[in-house]
Amino acid sequence: MKNKLVLGVIGADCHAVGNKILYHAFTEAGFQVENIGVLSSQEDFINAAIETNADAIIVSSLYGHGEIDCRGLREKCDEAGLKGILLYAGGNLVVGKQEWSDVEKRFLDMGFNRAYPPGTSPQTTINDLKKDLGW
Amino acid sequence: MDAILLIDFGSTYTKLTAVDIENEEIIATAKDLTTVESDIMIGFNNAYKKLEEKMKGLNVNFVDKLACSSAAGGLKMIAIGLVPELTAEAAKRAALGAGARILGVYSYELSRTEMKEILDKKPDIILLAGGTDGGNKDCIIHNAKLIAEHIKDIPVVVAGNKNARDEIEDIFKANDVFYKATENVMPRLNTINVEPAREVIREIFMAKIVEAKGMKNAENFISGILMPTPAAVLKAAQALADGSDKEEGIGELVIIDIGGATTDVHSIASGEPTKPGVTLRGLQEPYAKRTVEGDLGMRVSSASLWEAAGTRRIKKFIPDTKYDIEERCKYLQQNVNVIPQTQEEIEFDEALGMTATEIAMERHVGQIESVYTPMGIIYSQVGKDLLNVKYLIGTGGVLVHSPHPERILKAGTFDTENPNFLKPINPQVLIDRTYILSAMGLLAQKYPDKAVRIMKKYLVKA
Ligand code: B12
Repeated sequence: MKNKLVLGVIGADCHAVGNKILYHAFTEAGFQVENIGVLSSQEDFINAAIETNADAIIVSSLYGHGEIDCRGLREKCDEAGLKGILLYAGGNLVVGKQEWSDVEKRFLDMGFNRAYPPGTSPQTTINDLKKDLGW
Repeated sequence: MDAILLIDFGSTYTKLTAVDIENEEIIATAKDLTTVESDIMIGFNNAYKKLEEKMKGLNVNFVDKLACSSAAGGLKMIAIGLVPELTAEAAKRAALGAGARILGVYSYELSRTEMKEILDKKPDIILLAGGTDGGNKDCIIHNAKLIAEHIKDIPVVVAGNKNARDEIEDIFKANDVFYKATENVMPRLNTINVEPAREVIREIFMAKIVEAKGMKNAENFISGILMPTPAAVLKAAQALADGSDKEEGIGELVIIDIGGATTDVHSIASGEPTKPGVTLRGLQEPYAKRTVEGDLGMRVSSASLWEAAGTRRIKKFIPDTKYDIEERCKYLQQNVNVIPQTQEEIEFDEALGMTATEIAMERHVGQIESVYTPMGIIYSQVGKDLLNVKYLIGTGGVLVHSPHPERILKAGTFDTENPNFLKPINPQVLIDRTYILSAMGLLAQKYPDKAVRIMKKYLVKA
């Protein structure tokens, strides 16, 4: 059975191009991707993951409010019975140039398994997914 | 002449329509009170006598007799899914489209208390969904086990995750649960697939429910009770919009049925965004969509209509009325047989019709939501965009008896003061004066070309 991912762009963020690219990259890499697209709330991600029995949630944020939009997602996943589901985030997670290791730490503290700096190639994430899912 | 008899065993009236198949004309219509408590055929025969009276000397030979029914409470259903906004909503939409009255919608793993509640509601059919294909199996299997433990005599339609189907069938077989399994109502996330479930519900309705409701007698005389009445209306709507093999349809349309207890809205339209730059969100909508507003009606539900709308909203349509709005609404709920006589009574009923239409349409159509960003406003759409729908068709007593049916229906069109509701902007308004829609849905089942042509002929411009 293929591993299932829920992919989307969180919050009031309408940057649609990267989302399409990620969808194709992950699909080609052999994942079944449920793409919920732009303007997706935390609840949209969680509901999609419940119905599809997903193994991972991949959150994009491009417009700079990623940190606020992602806060509490892990707790809500726990609440919804999605114990231990993988949570990844990437894109332009914060505004401007900030020290990446600080940003990464903040996302890991929020309960994300991995967070990626701007310009990360989809292939990096694919390799990590395979590792984390035990391929 | 050869004719077809179309019968609607309604909750109050049994309505007959005789159609001349050669000339595609309505020969006569007649109605009498439905008698489901004693014997459904008594009311039918009373109506039939009236019909024969009207057809005297015509030498009519009925070659086919088709029926639909909403008698004995209609088709009552429970819908069960996993996430409320996803498979539970998809299951609800499938049941509504099958012409059901929804007694309750349940989500996630059912508790024993909820199971008891479901039993107390006495549904005719339970629709069990949950999980996309290949998605979550635990929930639907849990619910199947609970159903098998508590329910023996209520048919269950299984329309969830296909990967859970074998296991559910094993559970139901081992426990003698009557069930039919079909395709998932939501095979992929946000993609709905309601037709297969609708068809299976209809089959069970024909095979089991008709008999359970004491209507088996009727089947000796007629060729069959094919579907619940609301399903027949939806079928007619779809035939009229899309046309048939030989006959062109009239295009996208909305039908509003304002009744005593409920206001039903049917839309046959894709509902795609018509404005550029709008992002579509949420669960996909059925092309043929039915919604039922149980709190909006002219009589049984006039008090709840007042509660939903509030005095000012009704008063907007009759600013000068002498009535106290709240009092009159409550009075009408207590006295469901009131037929308006005076100008003022008629105007009050019209205002109720307008309010019901306005609110029922707001709940049926999609909405534009604006998201404020540093860039300015961006727009997302949830539900169907019906702005460019060409026809708005009205049926139901208040419209047929009102001198201003188009005014009532216009309450369901686009309103610049509430531009977020994607209601039709400038539709052509048609009225079902002869009350033929449910009959034509039945006719369309067997004679689609004829049904489309007759509807085009008999639905009149308001
Ligand atoms: C086109 C664009 C827009 C368009 C979007 C059109 C659309 N519907 O798609 C419009 C004009 C609407 C727009 C609006 C805004 N934008 Co703009 N926009 C851009 C721009 C120029 C290109 C985005 C793009 O499509 N890139 C191409 C795709 C392929 O790349 P991508 O989106 O980055 O995605 C890739 C990677 O990020 C990565 N990735 C993404 N998610 C994830 C997740 C994981 C887990 C991983 C591993 C990787 C990953 O993989 C993707 C594929 O390779 C960028 C600047 C830039 N050059 O990136 C700014 C940019 C993203 N926008 C920005 C901003 C601030 C805005 C606005 C807030 C206001 C403004 N200044 O314009 C609004 C916000 C609107 C909203 N509510 O979302 C900033 C964000 C700043 C920040 N985060 O610090 C940027 C970076 C410009 C800048 N330097 O200021 N924008």
